[in-house]
Amino acid sequence: MIFSEKWIREWVDPALDTQQLIEQLTMAGLEVDASGPVANAFTGIVVGEVKTVEKHPDADKLSICQVSDGKADFQVVCGAPNVRAGLKVPFATIGAEILTPDSDKVFRIKNAKLRGVESNGMLCSTEELGIADSADGLMELPADAPVGEDIRNYLNLNDTSIELDLTPNRGDCLGIEGLAREIAGLNKMAAKHPQVGVVAATINDTFDIAITARDQCPRYLGRVIRNINPDAETPLWMREKLRRCGLRSIDPVVDVTNFVLIELGQPMHAFDLAKLKGSIDVRLAQEGEKITLLDGKEIALNGNTLVIADDQRAVAMAGIMGGLDTAVTTGTRDVFLECAFFSPLAIAGRARAYGMHTDASHRYERGVDFNLQQKATERATRLLLDIVGGEAGPIIEALGNLPEAKQVTLEYASVARFLGVEIEQSQIREILTGLGFGLTDCSDKGITVSVPSFRFDVEIEADLIEELARVYGYNNVPLGRGFSKQSLKSQPEAVTPLARLKQHLVSLGYQEAITYSFIDPTLSEKVCGSSSEAIVLQNPISSDMSTMRSSILPGLLSTLQYNENRQQERVRLFEAGQVFRAEQDSIKQPAMIAGLISGRKLPDNWSNNKEIYDFFDVKGDIESLLDFSRGGNDFCFQPGSHPSFHSGQCAEVVRSGRLVGYVGALHPGLQRDLGLDSTVFMFELELEAIYPRTMPCATVLSRFPEVSRDLAILINNETPAADILAVVYENAGEYLSSLRIFDVYQGDAIEKGKKSIALGLTWQHPSRTLNDDEINSIIINCIKALEEQFNASLRN
Amino acid sequence: MADTESLLAEALQAIEDSGDEQSLESLRVRYLGKKGSITALSKTLGQLLPQERPAAGEVINRVKRQVQDAIGLRKQTLVEAALSAQLLQESVDVTLPGRRQNQGGLHPVTITMDRIKAIFESAGYDVAEGPEIEDEYHNFEALNIPEHHPARAMHDTFYINPGTVLRTHTSPVQVRVMENDKPPFRMICPGRVYRCDSDLTHTPMFHQVEGLLIDENVSFADLKGTVVDFLRAYFEEDMDVRFRPSYFPFTEPSAEVDIACVSCAQSGCRICGHTGWLEVMGCGMVHPKVLEMSGIDTGKYNGFAFGMGVERLAMLRYKVGDLRTFFENDLRFLRQFN
Repeated sequence: MIFSEKWIREWVDPALDTQQLIEQLTMAGLEVDASGPVANAFTGIVVGEVKTVEKHPDADKLSICQVSDGKADFQVVCGAPNVRAGLKVPFATIGAEILTPDSDKVFRIKNAKLRGVESNGMLCSTEELGIADSADGLMELPADAPVGEDIRNYLNLNDTSIELDLTPNRGDCLGIEGLAREIAGLNKMAAKHPQVGVVAATINDTFDIAITARDQCPRYLGRVIRNINPDAETPLWMREKLRRCGLRSIDPVVDVTNFVLIELGQPMHAFDLAKLKGSIDVRLAQEGEKITLLDGKEIALNGNTLVIADDQRAVAMAGIMGGLDTAVTTGTRDVFLECAFFSPLAIAGRARAYGMHTDASHRYERGVDFNLQQKATERATRLLLDIVGGEAGPIIEALGNLPEAKQVTLEYASVARFLGVEIEQSQIREILTGLGFGLTDCSDKGITVSVPSFRFDVEIEADLIEELARVYGYNNVPLGRGFSKQSLKSQPEAVTPLARLKQHLVSLGYQEAITYSFIDPTLSEKVCGSSSEAIVLQNPISSDMSTMRSSILPGLLSTLQYNENRQQERVRLFEAGQVFRAEQDSIKQPAMIAGLISGRKLPDNWSNNKEIYDFFDVKGDIESLLDFSRGGNDFCFQPGSHPSFHSGQCAEVVRSGRLVGYVGALHPGLQRDLGLDSTVFMFELELEAIYPRTMPCATVLSRFPEVSRDLAILINNETPAADILAVVYENAGEYLSSLRIFDVYQGDAIEKGKKSIALGLTWQHPSRTLNDDEINSIIINCIKALEEQFNASLRN
Repeated sequence: MADTESLLAEALQAIEDSGDEQSLESLRVRYLGKKGSITALSKTLGQLLPQERPAAGEVINRVKRQVQDAIGLRKQTLVEAALSAQLLQESVDVTLPGRRQNQGGLHPVTITMDRIKAIFESAGYDVAEGPEIEDEYHNFEALNIPEHHPARAMHDTFYINPGTVLRTHTSPVQVRVMENDKPPFRMICPGRVYRCDSDLTHTPMFHQVEGLLIDENVSFADLKGTVVDFLRAYFEEDMDVRFRPSYFPFTEPSAEVDIACVSCAQSGCRICGHTGWLEVMGCGMVHPKVLEMSGIDTGKYNGFAFGMGVERLAMLRYKVGDLRTFFENDLRFLRQFN
């Protein structure tokens, strides 16, 4: 809502300057978004009268004019096409200064010679005054403009346009009257509501109105006005008021309805009476019923849309926009004025459903005063008759089901309880009555008020408390901390906090990224494979942000691309967050943690051998991450397959038999496809599966020495290390305290197709020293088992 | 005896001349070993007259001691020299950079969210999380935003299908907690939220932390105290805070919270749009309808809620000029927060 400060001050004029008024509105919950002067800053421009006009001897397009400022005549050379004798125009006299908003330079009017002819001043257009963006000639002032008067005074230009960003609950402030009422309430003043009298009918013409949709349209007023003057123009004062409230002048009839819209907050519509057939009915549209709107768009209506119809068709979308067929045009002589109250629920969301938003729908959705229609109709009639002439018939009113008057009770005690501050009972009553609430009952405990018909947002006690707080001033409420009761929280130890895991990756040199949850479907398909599990947005921002990620990896790969393109050669990234999959009829949203590494193992350094990452670097990182769970042997890595991973370098991470994620190298085909320079190693794990953590349980330390043996075996290349270890674990006895692989060799020194694996075994007994014989027999058992199961042999 | 003295002189000279521990050891063996020449002298004592023996023995013992001492001394010298040589040889240019993995780091949004969490956790707030794909009931209806309510237009919602949305705020998490648990509540809900809006100052995904406190006798004054304390704790500055009436369907009274511009100390700058104030949060007393819908006895309980944009707070705190940089994940940007 944009409004003119001067206009408001005609209604209520508190002793506040513009800045103070803006501050007061903002602090009362009517936030001021912007404000600015309604014209350029200038001085020395007065109403001038063009006395004579002669052609310039040396320039076709210039005229030499004699212009009066009321005291003297001045010769002015002017290039405007519409200059003519008798015209009243803004006249910038010698010494006048003009400052345009987009330039800091002051333009000063001086004596000048134009093509050899002296010019003493300048005749101005609306553009030069800054009251229009562009103009194609001089501004033509009304014939009765007083010559010599300062144009700022004459046009009331010391005014400010103020733009409010109103919250949806304050539909009542979408008009000058409502705003004035609010400002009056805030300043404990009374607003001067201009008298809108009754315009007596001078003709008997009426038009039948029926309301079929009685809940949706509780009140509908119509009035016939005949014989309007099609050549009339909107007066300057009205055009200026509309302009300062952000509306363009269109034609006198539309301007009048717009003027009432701004002044009273009541949307109105004018039909060309000659084009209406039969009678008016307010009803719901038939499904698919068509209408061509004022803006030329043809729309197929939904059955939930309220329409104004005549005997043949819908002629307007009620409360949203009129139809083109029945619109007022230059040839219109007879008008049917409409002024209705449509219930907010009947209009809410309808315009948006058709991709529309109008001044009318904006107001009806939020609620228009349902007792305003009579007054608005009279106001519009008066203005129309004054401007376009004609004769008015009587007002025709049709009623549906009007809203019931609301009563709300407020207990004084609730105010202190909810706000934490005592407000005097008399002040409570004063604030509420000042805002238009009627006091219907009053006791020691509290009051009951009637809610004015323009307040749709007040239904319960809390609504009244909000009004009190607003006017009392939020900033006058003290800071309280009275609610605190001690409560100590347990600190679960059997889960690893996500923050620990993240911090660990950070210590390992990973940088956290946060990527969008919606990704490019092409990338998603490349990385995750085509899947029926993909969840697609119905209304994405753009097609490359239309699929909900089913994995974090595509986003990380994009981030890697982005950074490789910016010369970042070593990259370690991770991200934690939800991913999204459709499963049967439900949507799964597990939280994952994923990461990738690419490039050299260590930053470029004087002592490095520029080694690049391999599978075991990323696996090592994962293992250390999984160590937080103290899960030990719960976890295992087994060869896996996944569309985005290298088929020979991909492991499934399994916890207690359940697949919890993948680790491995990016598929080289995909790497090429994504244009990535170096090999990428990556992982993704389900967080819920790695959070659970074993509680520590201390055991007594053995005082007896450890015994260690190394064992080197030759075994088929294909035998996974994990299988070898499993067999050794099984056969190495209960006192085995550690088992590790300390060498893997494949090469010329051994048989082709075999590898040599060197194992280090350590035992310790809790209560005695282990002897050689025991250990030897264990070793023999291990070798035998390996021979039997894998055809392994001892390497000499 | 002259032999003894010359032997001593020879031994001392040899010790003096020895250049390493090994040769010193062989000198010890040569003179003091079982078959050493000074040891051999002791064996000649038996050939002397008994009255001569004590004096001769004393000389031999003195010589032995002298040689032993000289060896000890020399050994110490040699060890020290060897250590000095080793130290000299092993010295490095300590000004060369160390060998290490680069430091990683958390995203500034995470850093900010963690600080916010820490502040509220220190006051006993729980942290609750929930799904990002939500049903419309929890995202809207349960928060007093019925279908067609004009406030829905403020939310520019992403739809998965009719009835299923990407949550536009983290309030639905609070609804879920209220539905499933009993008051009092004291919690914050951090997380990703989504709005169908993308320009200079909006990204279609961003982060919020919303807080909820439900208890007996909670007032608007308590809300103000909490919000002011939080903002001062977060910015580590006792700045002015003001509360402006506003409107959210799920709170009443509702307020927008402004802080005195942290960038210009209210003298007016680009960041505060020359107003001296920065809008940082929304808050209010929980609307009775919201409490009722979640099955909370409004006769006994009431409470407040607040919500803040994490990126907004991060931008102000770390002087980030462009919101969109948070999701570009340019390593050069991210590393500034390590």
